[in-house]
Amino acid sequence: MKNPCHLEIKNISFSRSDRLLFDNLSFQFERGKITAILGPSGIGKTTLLKLIGGQLAVDSGEIIFNQTPLHNCSSAELYQARKKMGMLFQSGALFNDLSVFENVAFPLREHNHLDESLLKILVLMKLEAVGLRGARDLAPQQLSGGMARRVALARAIALDPELIMYDEPFSGQDPISMNVLLKLIEQLNKNLGLTSIIVTHDVDEVLSIADNVYVLAEKSIIAQGTVEEVLKDTENELLQQFLHGRSEGPVPFHFKTEDFQSDLQQVSR
Amino acid sequence: MSQKKTEMWVGVFVIGAMLSLAILAFNVAGLSLKGEGRSYTLYASFSNIGGLKVRSPVKLGGVVVGRVEGITLDKESYTPIVRLAMFENNGYYPETSSLSILTSGLLGEQYIGLQPGFIDEDIAMLEDGDRFEDTKSAIVLEDLIGQFIYSLNKEG
Amino acid sequence: MLAFVSAVGRVSLSFMETTGKSCLMLFHTVAGAPHPKLFSLFIKQIFQLGILSLPIIVTSGLFIGMVLSLQGYNVLVDYAAEESLGSMVALSLLRELGPVVTALLFAGRAGSALTAEIGLMQSTEQLASMEMMAVSPLKRVIAPRFLAGIITLPLLTLIFNVVAIWGGYLIGVSWMGVDGGAYWSVMQGSVEYMPDVMNGVLKSIVFGVMITWVALYNGYHVIPNALGISRSTTQTVVVSSLLVLAMDFILTVFMFGM
Repeated sequence: MKNPCHLEIKNISFSRSDRLLFDNLSFQFERGKITAILGPSGIGKTTLLKLIGGQLAVDSGEIIFNQTPLHNCSSAELYQARKKMGMLFQSGALFNDLSVFENVAFPLREHNHLDESLLKILVLMKLEAVGLRGARDLAPQQLSGGMARRVALARAIALDPELIMYDEPFSGQDPISMNVLLKLIEQLNKNLGLTSIIVTHDVDEVLSIADNVYVLAEKSIIAQGTVEEVLKDTENELLQQFLHGRSEGPVPFHFKTEDFQSDLQQVSR
Repeated sequence: MSQKKTEMWVGVFVIGAMLSLAILAFNVAGLSLKGEGRSYTLYASFSNIGGLKVRSPVKLGGVVVGRVEGITLDKESYTPIVRLAMFENNGYYPETSSLSILTSGLLGEQYIGLQPGFIDEDIAMLEDGDRFEDTKSAIVLEDLIGQFIYSLNKEG
Repeated sequence: MLAFVSAVGRVSLSFMETTGKSCLMLFHTVAGAPHPKLFSLFIKQIFQLGILSLPIIVTSGLFIGMVLSLQGYNVLVDYAAEESLGSMVALSLLRELGPVVTALLFAGRAGSALTAEIGLMQSTEQLASMEMMAVSPLKRVIAPRFLAGIITLPLLTLIFNVVAIWGGYLIGVSWMGVDGGAYWSVMQGSVEYMPDVMNGVLKSIVFGVMITWVALYNGYHVIPNALGISRSTTQTVVVSSLLVLAMDFILTVFMFGM
C-alpha cells in the first residue's frame, strides 16, 4: 500500500537575499487530500512551492516526494518527479504564441510521441474537464483571467500528475469564476485521485474545500491540522486575527513609528 | 504562419545570402573558377626587387602570364632570387627574353614585365627550372634623383 | 575617496558575477543533449531574426553604399583617382562597414526584440512553468535563438555588402560618371577573396555570437516587471553595440594590422 504521506518536508530553512523566510519548518501532505497553506502576503508561500518543485534549493532540510528525496537528487530524477507534478501559476503563464489547444498539448508533445489523433482526444478531454473545450482555437490574449487560469489548469493536468500545486488561484477573481475554480479543484482532486496543495490568502473560500491546513506567519507555522481542528483553536490570537481578518491583533495596523503626538509637535515647531 | 511557409522563406533567405556570397566572390573579388591552370617554375635574380610581393603578376604586354611564387635571398651572391609560376596556357618563352620590374600607374603596385626575345634555331625555350638571364631591377627613386642631380651638375 | 574605491570594487564584483552567470547560461544551453525539436525551432527563429530584419538591412545597405560612393568620389577626384572608386567602396564595405553596420542594426532590431520577448516570457512565469513541466527552457527557448542569431548575422552581412556595392555602382557610375567597366575591374583587382570577403564574414560570425549572447542573457535574467524589461532591452542594445565596436577593433588589428 502506498505511503499516505505523499510529500513530506522536513526541517527546511531557506533565506533569500539575507532575509530568513523559513526557519526549520516541517510539512506533511497526505495523499489524495487537499491541503491549504494560508498566510499573509509576502511570507514566502510561493517560494515554498518553488522549493517543492525544485526551482529553488533549500539551505537545509529535506523534501521527500514518493520516498524520493528531491533536495539533493540528480537532474534526471528531478525531471522524472516533475512529470508527476502539475503547477498552476498565479498568472496562468500560458504561452502567448500558442493557441489554447496547443498550450494544453505542449506537455504531451514534449514528453510523448503520440499519434496526432490520440493527442487531440487527450487535449479535448482535458479541456472538457475544465469546461473550455469550445475555446480551443482562441489565443491566450483573448481569454479572461479566469478562463486563462482554467486553461492553465487543463495544461497542468495534461500529463496526469499525482500532485498538483496552486499558487494563489483565487486572487482577483469575480465570485462566479472563483466558485467555478473552487468546484473544479475539488472535483479534479476527487475524480483523478490527486493530492492538491493550495497556497492562498482567501481564507473562507479555500477552507470550504480543504481537508488539511497550515497557517504560516512570521517565519513559522502557527497552526496546522485538519480544518476542524484549526478553526477550533480560539486560544491562538494571531491565528484568529488572520482567520477573521481583524485589523487589530498581534499584527498591528500602524506601521512601526514614533508616537503621533510627538510627530505632530515636531511639525508645528 | 504555417511551418511550410516559414521554411520556404528561410530557404529563400539562405539562398539569397549564398548568392550574395557568390557575387562577392566572383564579381567583386574577381575569383576565377577556371583557375590559372597548371604552371611551371622559372627563376630570375634581380639586384633590387623594389616593392615586388609574392602573388605579384608577371605581365607580357599587359596580359598576366604568371605570378611571383616566392622571393628568397641567394646567400652566396647576396642577390634576391624570385621564383615565378608561369602559366602553361600561355606557352613558353625563349631564353633571350628579358624581365623588368615595373610599376602600374604612378603609385600603383609593382609587377614583372616580360619582354620576349628573338627566336632563332639555336635559341632554346625556357623550361621548368630554368633561369632568366636578362633582368632589369626595380628603379629606386633615390638613385634616379641622384642620377638626375649628377647630370645637372655635370652640365652646369 | 573611500566611496570611489568601494564603488570600483562593487562594479568589478558585479561584472565578474555577470560574466560568470552568462557563461553558465551559455554552457547549459549548448551542453548536453539538444532538444528533439531544435531544428524546426531553429528554422522558425531564422525567420524571426533574419527575414524580419531584411527590410532594414537592405534599405540601410543601399543608402550606405550610395553615400560611401558619393563621398568617396568627392575625395578621390582631388587626386584624379576617381577610377578607383569601385575598389574603395568594396574594400570599405567588405572589411569594415558591412560587418559593423549590419551588426549594429541587428543589435537594435533583433537583439532588442529577443531581450523583450524572453524578458516577457520570464516575467509572466512562462519559463518557470515550462521548467515545472520538465522541459528545459534553456534547451527549448534559448538554444534555437542562439544558434539562429549566429547563423543569421553573417547571412545578413553578405546581403548588405552586395546591396551596398551595387548602390555604390548606382551613384558612382550612373550619377558621378565613373566608368562602369573600371568600377568593377579595379575592384576585382584589389579585392581578394580570403582576406577581404571571408574576414568580413568571420567578423560577422563573432558579432553574431556576442549580440545574441548578450540579448539572451539580458532577457533571461530580467527583473520580472515592466520597468525591468525595458531596462534590459535598452541594456542589450547599448552593451552589444559597444562590444561589437570593441571586438571590431581587436579583430581588425589581427586581420589587417599585422
